[in-house]
Amino acid sequence: MESRRNPRAVVDPKVRQVGFFTSSQPDSSSTQQQTEPISASASASSPPVSTISPSGNSLSPVMIPPPRLNSSDTFPLRNAAAGATSAVSPSSFSYSNRRDFPDGSTTASPGRHSRGSFVKSSAPVASSLPGIGMDSMAAAKSSSVPASGLTTVSVVTMPPGLAENASGMEVQSDQKKNSKSLKEKTTKAERRAIQEAQRAAKAAAKADGGKVPPGTSASLASTSVKVAKPAKPSTQKNEVAVSAGVTEKKGGPSEKDRKKDAPHPRMQYDDESRVVKAKRRAVVKQTEAKNRVELFRHLPQYEHGTQLPDLEAKFFQLDPMHPAVYKVGLQYLSGDISGGNARCIAMLQAFQDVIKDYSTPPEKNLNRDMTSKISSYVSFLIECRPLSISMGNAIRFVKNRIAKLPITLSESEAKAALQSDIERFINDKIIGADMVIVKHAVTKIRDGDVLLTYGSPTAVEMILLHAHELKKKFRVLVVDSRPKLEGQLLLRRLIKRGISCTYTHINAISYIMHEVTKVFLGASSVLSNGTVYSRVGTACVAMVASAFRVPVLLCCEAYKFHERVQLDSICSNELGDPNAISKVHGREDINYLDGLTNNANLQFLNLMYDATPSDYISMIITDYGMVPPTSVPVIVREYQKEHLLV
Amino acid sequence: MDFQVVILAGGFSSNLVPLVSKEVPKALLPVANRPVLSYVLDLLESNNLKDLIVVVEGEDAALKVGGWISSACVDRLHVEVAAVAENIGTAGALRAIAHHLTAKDILIVSGDIVSDIPPGAVAATHRRHDAVVTVMLCAQPVSGPSESGGSSGKDKTKKPACEDIVGLDSWKQFLLYIAKGTEIKKDTRVNKSILCAAGKMELRSDLMDSHIYAFKRSVLQEVLDQKPAFRSLKQDVLPYLVRTQLRSDVSSDQNNVEENGNGKDNMQNNEVVLSQILSNASLPSFHQVYESGLDSRKTHKCCVYIADESKIFVRLNSIQAFMDVNRDVIGDANHLSGYSFSAHHNIVHPSAELGSKTTVGPHCMLGEGSQVGDKCSVKRSVIGRHCRIGSNVKIVNSVVMDHATIGDGCSIQGSVICSNAQLQERATLRDCQVEAGYIVCAGGEHKGETFARR
Repeated sequence: MESRRNPRAVVDPKVRQVGFFTSSQPDSSSTQQQTEPISASASASSPPVSTISPSGNSLSPVMIPPPRLNSSDTFPLRNAAAGATSAVSPSSFSYSNRRDFPDGSTTASPGRHSRGSFVKSSAPVASSLPGIGMDSMAAAKSSSVPASGLTTVSVVTMPPGLAENASGMEVQSDQKKNSKSLKEKTTKAERRAIQEAQRAAKAAAKADGGKVPPGTSASLASTSVKVAKPAKPSTQKNEVAVSAGVTEKKGGPSEKDRKKDAPHPRMQYDDESRVVKAKRRAVVKQTEAKNRVELFRHLPQYEHGTQLPDLEAKFFQLDPMHPAVYKVGLQYLSGDISGGNARCIAMLQAFQDVIKDYSTPPEKNLNRDMTSKISSYVSFLIECRPLSISMGNAIRFVKNRIAKLPITLSESEAKAALQSDIERFINDKIIGADMVIVKHAVTKIRDGDVLLTYGSPTAVEMILLHAHELKKKFRVLVVDSRPKLEGQLLLRRLIKRGISCTYTHINAISYIMHEVTKVFLGASSVLSNGTVYSRVGTACVAMVASAFRVPVLLCCEAYKFHERVQLDSICSNELGDPNAISKVHGREDINYLDGLTNNANLQFLNLMYDATPSDYISMIITDYGMVPPTSVPVIVREYQKEHLLV
Repeated sequence: MDFQVVILAGGFSSNLVPLVSKEVPKALLPVANRPVLSYVLDLLESNNLKDLIVVVEGEDAALKVGGWISSACVDRLHVEVAAVAENIGTAGALRAIAHHLTAKDILIVSGDIVSDIPPGAVAATHRRHDAVVTVMLCAQPVSGPSESGGSSGKDKTKKPACEDIVGLDSWKQFLLYIAKGTEIKKDTRVNKSILCAAGKMELRSDLMDSHIYAFKRSVLQEVLDQKPAFRSLKQDVLPYLVRTQLRSDVSSDQNNVEENGNGKDNMQNNEVVLSQILSNASLPSFHQVYESGLDSRKTHKCCVYIADESKIFVRLNSIQAFMDVNRDVIGDANHLSGYSFSAHHNIVHPSAELGSKTTVGPHCMLGEGSQVGDKCSVKRSVIGRHCRIGSNVKIVNSVVMDHATIGDGCSIQGSVICSNAQLQERATLRDCQVEAGYIVCAGGEHKGETFARR
């Protein structure tokens, strides 16, 4: 780790830093090198700080400052962890249970059958005995259209917790047992020793160039989690979300102080120990793609097609998962739902279902318990697909509302209040916002315009349809890109309404731009420096348009604004299925890249988003009016608070 | 997850006749000394499905099955057994228990499967597409005895070339056509509108309907109510739903509710926009395209889940299948059996007694308390509990159920000896089935016979 990062920061300024660095960064990193030996020893205590905060990591693409209720955020995690460890013993217990069953202890031989050797069963069970049950059966028989009754023959009398955990969830029981016992035994000194050992092992593994054997690293990592736990609350305090890729693990005391104020660093997927840890928590089994582009190693990329079958297979085992959330997650994972607004709405609707079916467990507080529930759902959704910024904002809103619920409210009132809050968020912030945007944007469309749009942005589609309804005469150029070809769907819908369209791919953009009079774009998010984070290719379209002096109008609902600052599309992005770009749909004969997926000399890169600098955006049309990109921070500052309060 | 599980355990199946008897309904036929139903229950239990309804044909069978379940699964599963009249078919059985079904979706599992395919996958596919019915398809199992077994049994139950013919769309997500392979003689009719809407249909004969279905409850009940003539799920209900998927009249009202989302039908402008955003977000299936092309048409989706080929799936629906299942569970698919195998790939219960010079080969199983005399040879066979086997007995590729008695010098190949049956000295059986309690006379040589009392 050191060997790679430090030279970058100091020696070679040309290499772009991955992530964001505050102004103090260069200084601290230069001092770091000098103080390396000291910091190494000092860092023995610091890793706990950096290795914790799984919640922060799991909310990866969006940095959601933790809700004000600190404890509510930390408790669920601890609960979850406790739940996971407690699951160990029952599962092994049930296994042994099942094991001794075939040995014949419980299976009755035919002789025993007739005798009915069951003791524990209750009254309805008894009726199924050959002797007694006859008359009830006979009654069922007598009716010609047989409406048969049910006979309960086997009842579970186990404590519910045990029964739930007895399922075959892939709990790596051995490891957990190990780590648990380790935790119990170790003293502070020993723990330190363990950490040193880990570090040494990691360094050795790095040196080897090969991977850390998963077993050992997992167990090591798991110990470090346990050890790190006590320090957790301290980092939950921060409210500012400034930087993303803060370097972890090393640094003297000054850096440690700074770290306290820094937000949770986003999960860096090139950090092996963390990845291993995250994997243990994961609901969805994730096989990391081996062949990744160096520059994007910090982003999650999984073997495509491995997640979905696994998640499907576990359908009934995800007991705490609400069906609605599960369905949404499945749809994210399979790509059935895509697009910022749709994903956000689907998630919020699932949360509405969750709230509808929610009942506070005994001896628990609704505010806290529900926050923890939502958090666990969110982390599940993240495993299915990284969150968009708009979803992050929506989650922040939901959590905020839950936290702000007056304690005096009864459960049903609280649930009703939350449901209507979410309803209002969808109606006001998403749909209402779109309406306002349409109203504003339509004024910009004149007769004879040639409008260009890229991909399939919802807001732009609504604008075009509305303008068409107003009998404006314009033409639309739909620019599309592989591999998703979302533009085709938009095209289909526009043509159905009778709008004259031209369809082209992005590689013809410079040719087609001559005739365009206005460019309408959508966005996944607008950051507070005016950078537009959107479907990959948007930046290209915007830049070509500005080179041709064509105005670029960006339509984005204000709930997608975020206070983060981002200069490039490297530090925060999403990687799609790498195989998608090597295949051409409907052309089986184009298979030149078949079988090269695991070639070490070839890495596929399928980026999902890019960042468009604000210079290329003429105007942002949002629900607060038409503003220049420089006004985004104002909206974030002035309205985001209010938007959280609603 | 709002799923109810119904296990259709059948009754005394006629095509398993010498094996099943008054004492042993189909669901309790032993596969590696465990009733076949226990494999289904284990599969469901491992998927955390603990609330089950077992439907058995006939009261006697129901009593037997119920008795076994209550002894085996008490404290583990919540099982309810329903007895239905015999010969009313699967659809009839569901009709009989329809009033007990309350959940949003129903998972229907056949009680005679031995498999490790997680049923959750079917349910997940079902939910993901919001389908009316989801069918699990799996690769056709390799039938017939293993290579070492010779040609035994091949003449007995020759498998039809293909069991089912299924038509899939190009994404292999939707079911466009299904028919039983044996029913199709020369030509068949394919719904043209479905073919036009889907654009492309892939007809496959290498896939088999696995009798694991997920149904939307309301639709299932509606179909069962409206079509009293329907007897079988597979032959009547499923083809009907597939056939009518583009002109759905049964489920139109449900679909309506589903599509408008969240039940609230206050036709606000917002709601319309909302559903539009959501529907625009996803790649439309051909159903949606078709629906939008022709207004006022309602469609429903019939999905498939195609199981991974590495998964094991066998149905115990014929005598040959019974032999195959026993062989597989002890052999290739031994993780299903739940036993731990010895170093010789066999299971010999510690209480079993082996005579001198007796060999028990790999892929064998010897139940608790069984006695085997001297100089015997057991290969690829399952021997039940408390069997008494004399000396110089050769058992190959066979199943011997509990409490059977086999005299000295017998030779058994590719046969099934049911419980309490007795083979007197030097009987030679090849590809035979011996009914429970039957006594085979000494010294006879039999091939391909069925021993049953009239």
